[in-house]
Amino acid sequence: MSKVPAAVVGSGNIGTDLMYKLLRSEVIEPRWMVGVDPDSPGLARAAAEGLTASAEGVDPLLAGPERPELVFEATSAAVHRANAPAYERLGIPAVDLTPAAVGPPVVPAVNHGEHRDAPNVSLITCGGQATIPMVHAVSRVTEVAYAEIVASVASPSAGPGTRANIDEFTHATSRGLESIGGAHEGKAIIILNPAEPPVLMRDTVFCSIPPDADRDAVAASIEEVAATVAGYVPGYRLRAAPQFDDPTPVSGGLARVAVFLEVEGAGDFLPAYAGNLDIMTAAATEVGEGFARRIAAGRAPAL
Amino acid sequence: MAYSTDLDVRVTDSSLRDGSHAKQHQFTVEHVRSIVGALDGAGVPVIEVTHGDGLGGSSFNYGFSRTPEQELIRAAVETARRATIAFLMLPGLGVKDDIRAAADNGAGICRIATHCTEADIAVQHFGLARDLGLETVGFLMMAHSTPPENLAKQARIMADAGCQCVYVVDSAGALVMEETSDRVAAMVAELGADAQVGFHGHENLGLGVANSVLAVRAGATQIDGSTRRFGAGAGNTPVEAFAAVAEKLGLRTGIDTLRIIDAAEDVVRPVMDGECLLDRASLTMGHAGVYSSFLKHADRQAERYGVPAARILMEAGRRRLVGGQEDQLIDIAIALQEK
Repeated sequence: MSKVPAAVVGSGNIGTDLMYKLLRSEVIEPRWMVGVDPDSPGLARAAAEGLTASAEGVDPLLAGPERPELVFEATSAAVHRANAPAYERLGIPAVDLTPAAVGPPVVPAVNHGEHRDAPNVSLITCGGQATIPMVHAVSRVTEVAYAEIVASVASPSAGPGTRANIDEFTHATSRGLESIGGAHEGKAIIILNPAEPPVLMRDTVFCSIPPDADRDAVAASIEEVAATVAGYVPGYRLRAAPQFDDPTPVSGGLARVAVFLEVEGAGDFLPAYAGNLDIMTAAATEVGEGFARRIAAGRAPAL
Repeated sequence: MAYSTDLDVRVTDSSLRDGSHAKQHQFTVEHVRSIVGALDGAGVPVIEVTHGDGLGGSSFNYGFSRTPEQELIRAAVETARRATIAFLMLPGLGVKDDIRAAADNGAGICRIATHCTEADIAVQHFGLARDLGLETVGFLMMAHSTPPENLAKQARIMADAGCQCVYVVDSAGALVMEETSDRVAAMVAELGADAQVGFHGHENLGLGVANSVLAVRAGATQIDGSTRRFGAGAGNTPVEAFAAVAEKLGLRTGIDTLRIIDAAEDVVRPVMDGECLLDRASLTMGHAGVYSSFLKHADRQAERYGVPAARILMEAGRRRLVGGQEDQLIDIAIALQEK
């Protein structure tokens, strides 16, 4: 099977890290890196890896004689909203790493299969990629009336876009806990920690459960889904066994399970502490490979 | 520089916000009405009412509120005759709709808190608060953990975003004397006439009033406290003691010293589950630089996992946890139990 040619749009840190992951893919060939700044170090790195690097934006890419069959967008929400219609018009599936939320939200470990034919999929937020699988793990076993997540990330890994729009993180992640995680109500909290040396991404997931829920089944489901995520994010791990607590007044009268996660980045380009960024590029690679297999299958002669 | 022509210093009482930590967020409308009535009667000009962790704080991580905080804010606004009601919010936890709701309920001052190096996450919230016509205050939390010149740069970010008074917030009760005044002075020098400077102290090293006086001498015109120390950790700067000291120093606070002393004893104390103590756990926080509201959470995890609360708090300091990371206390307790 020949690899599916893809473009990475956005030559910043995320786009660069994603490029290195895609260079290892057996089904995707990253062929273009598109930015807007000719002095971007990301474009220089792309050129060094043999990609066609351009600082002219997406228009020449889409007008060219040879076009990508798959696009990864690592720019900003505003830029992706502007670019998305052009991708769709040309029938190029787009994997969106920005918070634009143009297409349906996707978490590979949970609902990727539902959206393999979507023209555009959104990867929600880093906190969502890390925590929604755990809420899903609980809600597929027992009722989750309420799920709450706390994502702690190292300050240097939170860029200006995240900082200027922190409410968007909260809202998008909360929605994902509900629509994909399966909680009736979701709440997301993000904390930036400036400690030096920078801290690894930590995520805590609290799910309310019925007082008589089968705790062994819940714990087993959590372990299983964590292993699924670790299949495409190798640094994703449980820091402790799931913790079960009976209701108290401070818990709002709810029994709960708490899951403690740590996400260490693969260090492809971004530093290892930035697990919050690595989980986005790893999820993008996983989702993109799903698209690529479908595209390649569509090309194959009928038997 | 005085706060206004009438006051040298404007005091904000945080019993009904920082005290929410000590009360494990179990305030009722009746608690709010009685405390607001007494503080307002004693001339406290600003009274803060919110979940201890700010708007939207009711959660597994911080403890669920017994009464929705917006109901408490509304009750406070209805009760106060002279005082302005303030509320706290932390970007990343609360959202802009929470600010709108508090404004609709009649609160007049929006206080927005970030860790002391992360002011830029609050820009959109200051903008909204000003658009809504609210007075704004910025909280640079855990101010002991960054040097004065850096704190001043962060204060500038808040002021440029529309913040009218930036506070040095000693969340850990860890600042010692000149460490307070140096920070206040650096912020006053940076902000000039663009914004006021305030100080929020805790008692974990027993220095709330002393640090507050030094803050005023360095140019702070707003001071936070909690009547009867009703707050997090060993409690906040006691408003009744600060009022008495200010009176002796000739600083006008507008607070009737004898009436606030009575309010502390007769009205606030009965609402408290216990006094806020300068004990082993709270001293550990002041000494190790740990966020004061971790105290009750550390107590709970200590009991749950059978490990000493002071050890949990020391490890929280070693890991350089910041405000909001209460979940990590559970992670620490599990690790200590496994040792």
